[in-house]
Amino acid sequence: MPQTTFMPDARAAIRSISFGEAIREGILEAARRDPAVFLMAEGVDDPSSVFGTIKGIGKELGAERSVEMPIAENALIGIAIGAAMSGRRPVISLQRIEFALLAIEQIVNNAAKTHYVSNGQHRVPLVLRMVVGRGWGQGPEHSQSLEAMFSYFPGLKVVMPAIPREAKGLIAAAIEDDNPVIFIEHRWCQFATGHVPEGYYRENLTGSHLHGSGNDVTIVASSYMTLEALRAAEALKEAGCAATVIDLRVLRPLNMGPIFESVRKTGHLLTVDTGWRTLGLGAEIVARVVQECFGALKTAPRRIGLPDHPAPSSRGLVRDFYPSAESILIEAGELADVNPARLEAARRDLAAQRAKVPIDVPDPFFRGPF
Amino acid sequence: MNAASNEAPLLLRLYREMLYIRSIEQGIADRYAEQEMRCPVHLSIGQEATAVGVCHALTREDRVYSTHRCHAHYLAKGGDLKAMLTEIYGKAAGCIGGRGGSMHLMDLAAGMFVSVPIVGSSIPLAVGGALADKMANNDHVDVAFIGDASVEEGVFHESANFASLHKLPMIFVCENNLYSVYTPLNRRQPPRPMTDLATAHRIPSAHADGNDVEAVYKLTREAVMRARSGKGPSFLLFDTYRWREHCGPNFDNQIGYRTETEYETWRKRCPVESARAKLRAAGLLDDAGDTAIAAELKHMVDAAFDYAKAAPLPLPAHASDHVYA
Repeated sequence: MPQTTFMPDARAAIRSISFGEAIREGILEAARRDPAVFLMAEGVDDPSSVFGTIKGIGKELGAERSVEMPIAENALIGIAIGAAMSGRRPVISLQRIEFALLAIEQIVNNAAKTHYVSNGQHRVPLVLRMVVGRGWGQGPEHSQSLEAMFSYFPGLKVVMPAIPREAKGLIAAAIEDDNPVIFIEHRWCQFATGHVPEGYYRENLTGSHLHGSGNDVTIVASSYMTLEALRAAEALKEAGCAATVIDLRVLRPLNMGPIFESVRKTGHLLTVDTGWRTLGLGAEIVARVVQECFGALKTAPRRIGLPDHPAPSSRGLVRDFYPSAESILIEAGELADVNPARLEAARRDLAAQRAKVPIDVPDPFFRGPF
Repeated sequence: MNAASNEAPLLLRLYREMLYIRSIEQGIADRYAEQEMRCPVHLSIGQEATAVGVCHALTREDRVYSTHRCHAHYLAKGGDLKAMLTEIYGKAAGCIGGRGGSMHLMDLAAGMFVSVPIVGSSIPLAVGGALADKMANNDHVDVAFIGDASVEEGVFHESANFASLHKLPMIFVCENNLYSVYTPLNRRQPPRPMTDLATAHRIPSAHADGNDVEAVYKLTREAVMRARSGKGPSFLLFDTYRWREHCGPNFDNQIGYRTETEYETWRKRCPVESARAKLRAAGLLDDAGDTAIAAELKHMVDAAFDYAKAAPLPLPAHASDHVYA
């Protein structure tokens, strides 16, 4: 949460690094433990190094384990699948999720199904890192959030970390997993900083992480929207409303247990994700909650997502496109029947904070410890 | 095939393997109308020489990656016959438990690594297998069986580019049977030597009559040696012909996409008959020998069909197994 929530003395003892640096550490720790791990990327030695996530990895692991990827995504992802079926553990880093669209045939037919079709004889331990997200006029084909599409396929695991410490443990777990894992990183999460332990550790790929245990409203968020939801939860607290924020983290297999448990307690559900609202993640979560916890619901669940049009480039056109802490605050506050005046005051505070930062750059607010 | 046959002359062994595959494919065609094999079948009748010639040049550890038309590759690589037929019959004892049917045949112990029924889809898997073999420095060779339509797919060129760049130990074996389903080659590709496509990727190529099993074997052996010695991939083009319909047990010359004359021309170039004639001319096969081989194969094939028909279906409770490892 905000920097103001922890003591200066404590801060000196906490190692704080960026999400991107945390991903890099996670890849390196996993690769050092298992010589079968190797990295592939278009521009594997690029100075930009995908937000620093693969910086110097070739030097650390050796050229043989750092393979340049020709601009041929379908074959190269297929090649990674073939290598994975042969006992290697490839990690592919794509600069943007849209490049994966060129390889959908390999991902959907061979990565997702080979273990199943082979009756368990083949394994595909593969990690496909894909960057999603917004900012600086990236526009319709450089900033899509396609996680719902990948989450549609049984056989794929889909992971979306939000928090630096968890990102490191989740990427290590993804690399060690015997299944194909789509690992989706929001570009604005890359700039978030927070406490990240040194050395090797892993997070389980079994589900969500709960932030807080408020009894008033359940907010299910994913990826960057978790950061906005946490900010909204702080503001809600000021307005007298205690929220539980559930960071989904693993979209498939989808573990609904903690969501059901929380909704049974709060009676109110709000979902917020980075994708389109229609047929999106929120639709699945709301449907399952309604089926499973209908009696516990005090209000109709609500979903926040993107409106039904592509992401435009101009900062003028995106002003109302992306959900924010502000829109999460309003929807959650209304669900929990927060006093309108207090809600409006909290909204004004949030708006004033965000007004200091242009709409198309990451908010430096998101610094841990989380 | 059985150990004793390893003592026999090469062509006799190749002939026997082709006849073995022909008997099984014929057996499927004969029984398909019973509607007990309830999945699409893409028969290899007429194309046995490419499968047998190529696989005979490989060791058991070398791996084959195939397509929807995978029966002959599976059998030639030494895949288990009962596991194949039970798979086509949708039975629990199938090579993949009834999860894929005829188009997904595999037998890991035999090096029949995978079959994928989307054109071109298995090519990068073979390249990835070869990359893993090169990383492991293990002396194995990976073979991607492809058809003439595969080279129209972008993924072929993407894969060839990478295989050549990294000098991977693999072979692209292109079986040109002149048709993609009902569409002839000349409506899909400009007139050009298909081997030029390999040249464009600096992959050496060779071209032969795909119905001449000895020629196929000889070229493959050279490509295997090249791959094993670290010199990189090869592209082998073999001309052949599918006798039956694209998918199913029947002849379909009457529906109008190819002529009876063309079919007859190719049928006279039957790979099995050609090998038989050569063996007889060389005095390596007589009537009694040929009859004995046919009887032995018939017994083996009939027994395998009986086994597959009688085998139990898998239970629905297992349909959701193995989604995740």
